Amino acid sequence: MASRTLKLAAIGTAGGAFSGLLGVGGGSVIVPLLIVWLGYGAREATGTSLMAIVVIAAVAVTLQAFYGNVDPPNAALVGIPAIGGALAGTALQQRIPERTISLLFAGLLVVVAGKLILS
Amino acid sequence: MSSVAAAIMGFAGGMVGGLLGVGGGVLFVPALAIFLGETQVRAEATSLLAIVPVALVAVWRQLGYGNVRVRDGLVIGALSPIGVGIGVVASNSIPQRALELTFAGLALVIAAQLVIRALRPRPDAQEESA
Repeated sequence: MASRTLKLAAIGTAGGAFSGLLGVGGGSVIVPLLIVWLGYGAREATGTSLMAIVVIAAVAVTLQAFYGNVDPPNAALVGIPAIGGALAGTALQQRIPERTISLLFAGLLVVVAGKLILS
Repeated sequence: MSSVAAAIMGFAGGMVGGLLGVGGGVLFVPALAIFLGETQVRAEATSLLAIVPVALVAVWRQLGYGNVRVRDGLVIGALSPIGVGIGVVASNSIPQRALELTFAGLALVIAAQLVIRALRPRPDAQEESA
């Protein structure tokens, strides 16, 4: 039980470090580590990752707002359609097999790796 | 015109976020930088504001589907600021290019592990497609 909590702590720290180092979202680290390390199902991993992201993004955006880096109108322009996308994405996710979710996620990681290599 | 493109990218980012459990920043940041003319720093900061409602809505839906372990998510979220601090310090002391290549390599290793796990036949695999 304690080692489980330690693993969760390590995943949180790794997710945060990844964001702090490279500006990549924590989710791309959290989801695969929950699957590979804690044996989560793909759907549970994504749902739990989003719970963590709510906390992470809320804290980070508050800090960024103090530096005056946040542009709310543009956030709304991107974020309001994104809410519709999130509803569609979560609904779609319930209709596809877990292994397909894992494979799509592997594809996302390849894109992330490609962006890092080409940057 | 570019606002429409940004909105479409936003929708797509939200969809990726909901489907794969990430914030959607992978598409929000380029949408803000390319179509709305934000600098990289402002694009990343503004992307975070777009991520908050996306993640909230997706979590609300996933709670309904029974796919959220709330305590685990809160533990991960609460501890990630420590990692951010470590990351920021490290990024100022290690060459950026080395970090990028290291993390790209790690991402590819994890991707390979996910593929291996997904393709491995498992006894419970049939239930999932039911």
